[in-house]
Amino acid sequence: MPNIRRVSSTPPPLLPQHIDTPDNTQETYFDFTEENYKLVNKILSKYPANYKQSGIIPLLDLAQRQHGGWLPVAAMDKVASIVEAAPSRVYEVASFYTMFNRTKVGKYFIQLCGTTPCMICGSEDIKKTIEKHLGIKNGGTTEDGMFTLLEVECLGACANAPMIQLNDDYYECLTPKTIVELLEACKEGKPPAMGKWGSLPMNGQVSCEGPLGKTSLWEILPPKVDPERFKDGKVDPASVKAHMSY
Amino acid sequence: MFASAAIRRALLPRAAGLTPSSRLASTKGRADLLAGAGAYGGLTDQDRIFTNLYGEQDWRLKDALKRGDYHLTSDIMRMGPDWIVQEIKDSGLRGRGGAGFPSGLKWSFMPKESDGRPSFLVVNADESEPGTCKDREIMRKDPHKLIEGCLLAGYAMRARAAYIYIRGEYFNEAVVLDEAIHEAYAAGLIGRNACGSGYDFDVYLHRGAGAYICGEETALIESLEGRQGKPRLKPPFPAGVGVFGCPTTVTNVETVAVAPTILRRGGSWFAGFGNPNNRGTKLFAISGHVKNPIVVEESMSIPLRELIEKHCGGMRNGWDSLRACIPGGSSVPVLNKPLCDEALMEFDDLRAKGSGLGTAAVTMFDDTVDMVGAIRRLAHFYKHESCGQCTPCREGTSWLEDILIRMERGDADKREIPMLEEISRQIEGHTICALGDAAAWPVQGLLRHFRKDIEDRIDDPSSFDREKAFQYAWSGDPFDNKEWVEANGDKMVYGLK
Repeated sequence: MPNIRRVSSTPPPLLPQHIDTPDNTQETYFDFTEENYKLVNKILSKYPANYKQSGIIPLLDLAQRQHGGWLPVAAMDKVASIVEAAPSRVYEVASFYTMFNRTKVGKYFIQLCGTTPCMICGSEDIKKTIEKHLGIKNGGTTEDGMFTLLEVECLGACANAPMIQLNDDYYECLTPKTIVELLEACKEGKPPAMGKWGSLPMNGQVSCEGPLGKTSLWEILPPKVDPERFKDGKVDPASVKAHMSY
Repeated sequence: MFASAAIRRALLPRAAGLTPSSRLASTKGRADLLAGAGAYGGLTDQDRIFTNLYGEQDWRLKDALKRGDYHLTSDIMRMGPDWIVQEIKDSGLRGRGGAGFPSGLKWSFMPKESDGRPSFLVVNADESEPGTCKDREIMRKDPHKLIEGCLLAGYAMRARAAYIYIRGEYFNEAVVLDEAIHEAYAAGLIGRNACGSGYDFDVYLHRGAGAYICGEETALIESLEGRQGKPRLKPPFPAGVGVFGCPTTVTNVETVAVAPTILRRGGSWFAGFGNPNNRGTKLFAISGHVKNPIVVEESMSIPLRELIEKHCGGMRNGWDSLRACIPGGSSVPVLNKPLCDEALMEFDDLRAKGSGLGTAAVTMFDDTVDMVGAIRRLAHFYKHESCGQCTPCREGTSWLEDILIRMERGDADKREIPMLEEISRQIEGHTICALGDAAAWPVQGLLRHFRKDIEDRIDDPSSFDREKAFQYAWSGDPFDNKEWVEANGDKMVYGLK
């Protein structure tokens, strides 16, 4: 495969193969910080000792966060050595999952949901607005390295379409007006804070209750329970545990 | 029965090419929406399971206890795993993740004797089916329902631990869920001697990294083991050899989260809703061209039209403007208007109409939508998300998209319509997992109900007005819920002065 490791200064985005750039070769230095090593141990403690490889995805995510939102090949090698897997095992995972950016992205990574439920609610309109406002195309990064725009597949906030994911945060119920407000706030380094439920519908909603508000749950009552039903319980859960030799 | 809808319709101008201003005039407010509610009967608040769906209360343990979570958990556990499975069987609960497999039966497949390997419960929180956004509301607003469900469902299948596989994009949801798990450990509700029952049960959270295919159970297991999410051939089924080579059951968030309430209130209570074989209550996520897109809990078997009129304020330009509906997430075939008029939101009726309930994620399309373009975009989704393992799916999904791109422009031959159908049939059923079927069905639905659109466009490509079909963003226009938002938004909503 002679052409795969060619040196190029501007790699096209989303290529399946790795292309060396000055800041991304196998010789580039990468190591987790001391603080993150504590997290590494915490992550690995979740899985059986002989299945360390289960940690590959969480560790790659940790590495990406430490490295400013993208994943150099050196970080993949580091993860491979931590989980004691062949580097190729980690490369194939990093290239399979869309959340791993193997090339540099902007400070504000805009992932625009473009799948049908968002599309019919105007995601194309939002995309055009962003492209026009920032002067970039889908997949591109602004010259100052502030914004990257990428149209992605369903992000799972369909009732609040159209929406974008800005780094980790969901901004929902967008219109061309509010997306411009959002981009301008980002330029000043102050994207609006997330709402009460860890997302921000930009039309003034709280979460999933819709622009006209909820239609049920006017009273919140604990369920009616008859404790008598459970008084004959004779199975000791500890015996189930012993039976299964846990 | 649909009196208020009829009045509303009569008042509405039948706008075809909508501009934002004409849309404003044609949409009515909150009073109208509430006037429609209650006229159609349905589920009462007392029978709703997810009482914090709109988030008036906190997600933390203190408020969760107020909502009745962890009430009598250890007493239920003392009734024994077999009693729990029987109760779930009696409730008629069918899996809420799309396939609708009877849950009690699935749980009963797990080994009752240990051969030295522990058993695991894996909760599928990789919610990525286009249209679906229900599990997210459970995880961020009622995480303790899910955690208690893990304990009870895990105990019923004699599992040692639960892994919750949440999609990577749900970062803020994962933060809440992680914190809730810590709370539950600290309160002794899970972990050693969970809820004081004498049973040990751990719950772990694992974040994915963005792959639709990881919602397939064996792909999810592969992904949990740190590999590419490529589905495994079955058999062996996960109940025999699953995650880490141990017996495993993979089940949807909603299925697990409703289990504690079903057990507390009794299977017969849950079986009191919906038609036979389609029992219970269900979270519906409604998106698309309705006035009030919402996530709402309703009884199974509710008519589609009633669901839309009652909770979503109807279609944005009235019911007559309805063109199509995808009733269960993008993987089920699309329905045309005559079928939508009649459809009941349940597994059997929708299957009889040539579609399916799937995840009960309803996407409504009005007559401004170019259906060929809408399905072309779905074909792109499946092309992007195909894992590339089976040739019919890897190659076929690209072909479907390529042909649909040309058909959308009218740059195709009529002979290609049966070819498109043929390709979809060649994908369907010839792959390891159901993604191939899921990619084929929307296209088959398009050909079944909107063949004429394609033919007309091939006959005269210039008849298609791209400008008119362009979908403008109109979200929250108008917004009419200020009072409630001020009371319940904790001043963290956008645009608040």
